Parts: sequence; C-alpha cells; structure tokens
Amino acid sequence: MDAIDLARWQFGITTVYHFLFVPITIGLSALVAGLHTAWYRTGKMKYRQLTQFWGKLFLINFAMGVVTGIVQEFQFGMNWSAYSKFVGDIFGAPLAIEGLLAFFLESTFLGLWIFGWDRLPKKLHLASIWLVAIGTQLSAYFILAANSWMQWPVGYTYNKASGRAELHDFGAVLTNKVALVTFPHTIAACFLTGGAFMLGIALWHLLRGGKERTELFRPAVKLGAITVLVAAVAVLVTGDIQGKIMTETQPMKMAAAEALYDTAQPAGFSLLTIGSLDGQREVWSLTVPHGLSFLATGTWNGKVQGINDLQQAYEQRFGPGSYKPNIPVTYWTFRLMILFGALSALIALIALWYIRAGSRSPSKWLVRSAIALPLLPLAANSFGWIFTEMGRQPWIVFGLMQTRDGVSPTVGAGSVLTSMITFTVLYGVLAVIEVALLLRFAKAVPAAPAGPESELAEPDAAFLY
Amino acid sequence: MHLTDIWFLLIAVLWTGYLVLEGFDFGVGMLLPAVAKEPVDRQVTLRTIGPVWDGNEVWLLVAGGATFAAFPFWYATLFSGFYLALLVILVALIVRGLALEYRNKLPDGAWHRRWDLAITIGSAVPALLWGVALANIVRGVPLDAQHNFTGNFFTLLNPYALLGGLTTLVLFALHGAIFLALKTHGPVRDRARALVLPLGGATALLAAAFLIWTQSYDGSWITWTLAVLAAVCLLGGIIASRAGRDGLGFLGTAATIVLAAATLFVTLYPNVLPSTTDPAFSLTTTNAASTHYTLTIMTWVAAVFTPIVLLYQSYTYWVFRGRLTRDDIPQAARQARAA
Repeated sequence: MDAIDLARWQFGITTVYHFLFVPITIGLSALVAGLHTAWYRTGKMKYRQLTQFWGKLFLINFAMGVVTGIVQEFQFGMNWSAYSKFVGDIFGAPLAIEGLLAFFLESTFLGLWIFGWDRLPKKLHLASIWLVAIGTQLSAYFILAANSWMQWPVGYTYNKASGRAELHDFGAVLTNKVALVTFPHTIAACFLTGGAFMLGIALWHLLRGGKERTELFRPAVKLGAITVLVAAVAVLVTGDIQGKIMTETQPMKMAAAEALYDTAQPAGFSLLTIGSLDGQREVWSLTVPHGLSFLATGTWNGKVQGINDLQQAYEQRFGPGSYKPNIPVTYWTFRLMILFGALSALIALIALWYIRAGSRSPSKWLVRSAIALPLLPLAANSFGWIFTEMGRQPWIVFGLMQTRDGVSPTVGAGSVLTSMITFTVLYGVLAVIEVALLLRFAKAVPAAPAGPESELAEPDAAFLY
Repeated sequence: MHLTDIWFLLIAVLWTGYLVLEGFDFGVGMLLPAVAKEPVDRQVTLRTIGPVWDGNEVWLLVAGGATFAAFPFWYATLFSGFYLALLVILVALIVRGLALEYRNKLPDGAWHRRWDLAITIGSAVPALLWGVALANIVRGVPLDAQHNFTGNFFTLLNPYALLGGLTTLVLFALHGAIFLALKTHGPVRDRARALVLPLGGATALLAAAFLIWTQSYDGSWITWTLAVLAAVCLLGGIIASRAGRDGLGFLGTAATIVLAAATLFVTLYPNVLPSTTDPAFSLTTTNAASTHYTLTIMTWVAAVFTPIVLLYQSYTYWVFRGRLTRDDIPQAARQARAA
C-alpha cells in the first residue's frame, strides 16, 4: 500500500473508533443530566444512585472520546496537508470555534461536576452536567458543519491565484442545508445510542432480580426505552429528509446506496439484492415498488438517476475518470445502518411493553437481547458514517478536490504505516481496558445509601481521583 | 496592526497559556514518584490537578484549531513535517489522559502503580517534545519553495532543539513542584519544596543557555529584555518558594514560562516557520495566513468568547482553591488492595 491508501485506512480506523465513544457521550450526558435533575427536584435517593451509576459509566466512556479526539484534530495536518492547505480558510474555522465554544465548556464543567459534589451549590452542580451536555452537542454541530461543507461546499469562492477555496459567507457554511439535516439526524442517533446503552444495562439488572435492584433499575429501563423510541422516530424523519437532500446534492451517493445502475422512473427500493453488484447480474431481489422514488424525491413516481448516467454527466463536467464510489460498501452499509437502528428500536418497544404491562421480570429472551442492545446502535452509527464518507468518494471535497490530491505530499508510506500500526495497536489495547472497566461498573449494584443525606455529600471513591 | 499580526499574537497567547497551565500538570505528573511514596500521597498529588488538567489540555486543542483556521499553511507544513514527533506526543497524551481518568476506578494497588507510571512517562514525554518542537520552529527547518518540509525525523534532533526540550522538561518539573508546594500540606509539600532548589538550579542553567542561544537566530533588544526578565522571574520564583511564599513562587515560574515563550515568539516573528534552505521559502504571518474575511470572523468569535472561557476557567481554580491533605482523600478511596 502506498501513503494515500494507508492515510485513508488510518483516517477510517481512527474516525470510526472515535465515533464509538462520541454518540454515547452525547446521548448519555443528557440522560445523566436528566437523572441528576430528577434527583435535584424530588430528592429521592434512587435518582442519586442512578445519576452516579450512569455518571461513572459516562466518565469511563468520555475519557476515551476525549483522548481519541485529539488525534482527529491533528491528523488533518499530519496526513492530509494538501487538503488542509486547500480548505484551511474555511474548514479550520469551525474546528477552532468548536474548541473555544464546546471543548472548554465540556472539559471545564465536567471537572466541576466530578469534583464539585460537596463544594458547589446544588444548583450550580446540576448546571455543570447540563453545560457538559450542551457542550457535547455544540461540538457535534461545528464538526458536522465542517463535514457537511466537504459533502456540499457552500459560501466559498475558488481562488485561482492562491489555488485554494476561500470563504466568502460564513453564515452559509453554518446554515448549509446538509449540515442542518445531518445535525438533527446525528443527534437523534446519539440519543438512540445513549438510550440503548441505558436500557440494555438496566434490563440486564432486572433479570438478575432482587426487589431492591428491580425498584432501582425500573425507572432506567423506562427512561432508556422511551429515549430509544423517541430518538428512533427522529432518526427516521430526519433520515428521510436527509435522503432527499442527498439526492439533490450528491445523486451519485444515493444511486450507489441502492446500486441503481440505470436511471429509473419510478424507482423501487431494494430491500435486499443478491447478485453481482457491478449491475451485470441480478440473481434475486426483494424490492419495494416506488420505494426509492419516494425516499429520494418525496413523490411516488419521481425519477432517480442511475450510476451510469451520473458517471457520464460527471465526466462531462469534471473530465475523464471514475466518479463511482465503492458500490458494495455503500450498498451494504446503507442497509446495515437502517437494520441495526431498527432492531434497537424494536427491542426497546418490546421492553417498554413488558414494563408497562407490569410484568416483574421480562422474558429471558428479551434480557439476552439486552446484552447486545448497546452494540446495535454503535454498529448503525459506524455503518452510517462509513456510508456517508465512502459514498462521497472519489471526492474529499465534493466537486472540488479528490481524496488522492489531499494527502500530504512529503509524508512517506513508512511514516503513515508506523502511525497506523501505532494507533491500531494502542486503540486495541485501550478497547480491552475500557470494555473491562465498563463491564465491571455496569454489573456493580449501586450500594444502598445509609444515613442521612448530609453524610452522603461525597460520592463513592471511584468517582474521584 | 494587521489581522494576521493579531492572530500571530493570539496563537502565541494560546500556546503560552497551554505551556503555563499544562506545564504545571505535566510537572505534577513527572514528579509523582518523587513526591509521593505512600498510596494516599499519590492520590493527594494527583488530586491537585484532577479538576483542571483536562481544561488545561483544551488550550492545546484550541491552539491547534486556531492555527488551522488562521494560518492553514503553517498548520499543514508543521504537522506533516513534524509527523513522527507529533505521533509520539499524541500517544503520550492519550495514555496520560486515560491514566488520569482510569487510575482511581479500581481499588487495586497494581492497577494504580501501572497507571501512575503511565502518568509519569506520559507527562515527561510531551514536556520534553514540546520544547524540541518550539525550538525547531524558532530555529527553522528545511522547507522547499512550496513550503514543504524536506527534512526527516532526525533533522528535528539538533542540539539547539534538544536543549530547548530539556529546558521545558526541567522548567515544567520546577513549575509542578512549586504548584504542589502551593496546593498541598504534609509529606507531599515537604518533598516538593525540597525539590525546588535542585530543579531550580538546573532550570536556571539550561534556560539561560537556551535563551542566549535563541538570540543568535533573530535576537533584538526586545528579545534580550524578555529573556533577562524571564531569568529575573525564575530567580524570584525560586527565592519566594524557598521563603515559603508559595503563591508568589508559582507566579514566578508562571511568569518565567510566559516570558520565555514571548522570547521565542518575538524571535520568530514575522516568520511562523523559517526555512533553513532559503529564507525566501519561509512561511510568514502573511503567506501562511487565511483570508481577511476568515480572520475577521475568527476575531469576532475570539473577542466574544475568550473572556467567557477565561471567566469560567478561573472560577474552577477558585472553587478548588486551598491546600489538599491526606484527610481530603475519602476513606473508601484509600483502601487500595496491594497486589
């Protein structure tokens, strides 16, 4: 492999890995803030126990999100210096603003929350965790604005003399229609992830039984399940809008998602196609008639452009070359994203039904699926990201710069290989440690509080340094 | 004053803020084995930086982001050029960050000791390498006409840069020792105070040699003045600390770092990365910069939000003011099982 392939693999590995922690952080920080609020309002000890229980899991996860995020900021310069020079006038601003507005907020107030149990006024302590939650969402917005610019560049002019894209309307970058729909879609997916994380662990505790444990974790099952379901609806709605905007801005990505080679009107949505994905041979296919037309255009008989026509159109516009992304990857990641997201919602629905029906212990089958539950949205998120980024290829900035032109010209394959192996091994080792810690704390039953509230000012040791 | 100059100044301020703030938490990490023998003392030591180190590290992320936004060519050349060195720094920061977050999650002596080692190494490596990197930026590196770095990893390991690295290493250790003297009572404070004189002596020698050598690159009466002021603050800080005036001592080393960083950035200006191949290939505040429009927006954002950030960060330091003792470590957290 040469430097460009290695740099692409490294970006993929480090980004997908980083994005395992981000959605949990975003979803769970708001849920922990919600539990903390419930404790503040009602004074009920169980909410305090739940706040600390999920607070601990949140912190273990947050730490990994932070340290892997540092790599993200620097690897644009390390591996993609030509890209950084080309877009720095536009792309750097959201990153810098993210740091100033979001990172400072998150990290400073998280420190206050962790160490402030007995030092801060209660209201301010509660506000701290909310500010952390707000910070994580602000951060997501600026990153997605930057990414959306790569998907659909707006508010810039190409300067021939300097050979780079230059910003002329920052408002347009922040209100990019792709960003405006990607942000709610991603945040909804984050809540789905955080909710599933909570629901899965709480269900597991319900099976283990014991009256106290059941009492304690029942509200968490409810909160988790409702969060997943509401988020699933939001994911669906925003995903649908996103599909239409994607068809408008990046028709090739939509065609690739469906492996639709020839323009069709109406176009059916392929639920599953077995065959060769180069479009030469279709063995068996399950299709929803008119489905893709509706997904892509909002009307049942809308025309959806196929890969071959788009390839021709792009060749005329941008010159010779292949403008097709990797079709099998885009086709399958698109489906797997939807499948895993839908599965998590289904399990949440069943769980909620059990709880509502007043059944004390949910079925074994349901609890077993609970173990997989936190993993399902993580898979959906990863496939969603891979789809979004792979579907954009060969472009690093759609229509402006191809990925192969963005790589650092002076960094040799040896250096990239060294860093890729380093990060892969390091991330692998850290994953083992993190999962072990998460499992240990997820299984632990919060100790029942003894003594009056005042003696409980300090949370248990694992919260602290 | 042009916007490009303002942004050079702002980035210098962000780096300086980073070095002053994370400087002491690197120092605390490095000195952990030297100041804390008992497990409970290790907890006291780490807790001095517990609530603030993460916020301190964000200064680096903002400095990096601001460099990308204001001087994309500087960002691109620097980080692709210093590739392997930056990789080592990133690995160290990752391991250190996790170590600080995870070490107290389990009540297990062996677990603590392993993470403590990670904290010490993870603090020393960036403390050394940021100095090497800064010195190389001031000294310049081989750049071609397209401003691309044409050297290799070993280009960065020149005597001046290594001296710069050793200087930041001992300076941060001293800064950390004085911080610990300010923030603790008991055995940790005693040991930290005992380290001030040897560390202070080493810092004085190395920093003097490094700052005088720096003058040979683009020295002027301003950089000489700044360097002399840095030396005065360093001596003042050491004397104050010896006299038991911990707060004054800490201000002394903080001012030393500010003035030393100012010496470097003033020497560098108006370059942002000089080329040793041909001065004409150097990256400057003008040819590395973003457009006027981008800089204007960034200036507004920075003008509005920086004071807010400074306000709430200062508040954190205020909330966690006061000295820590063994009594501040909860009983439950002390019961580490020796493995």
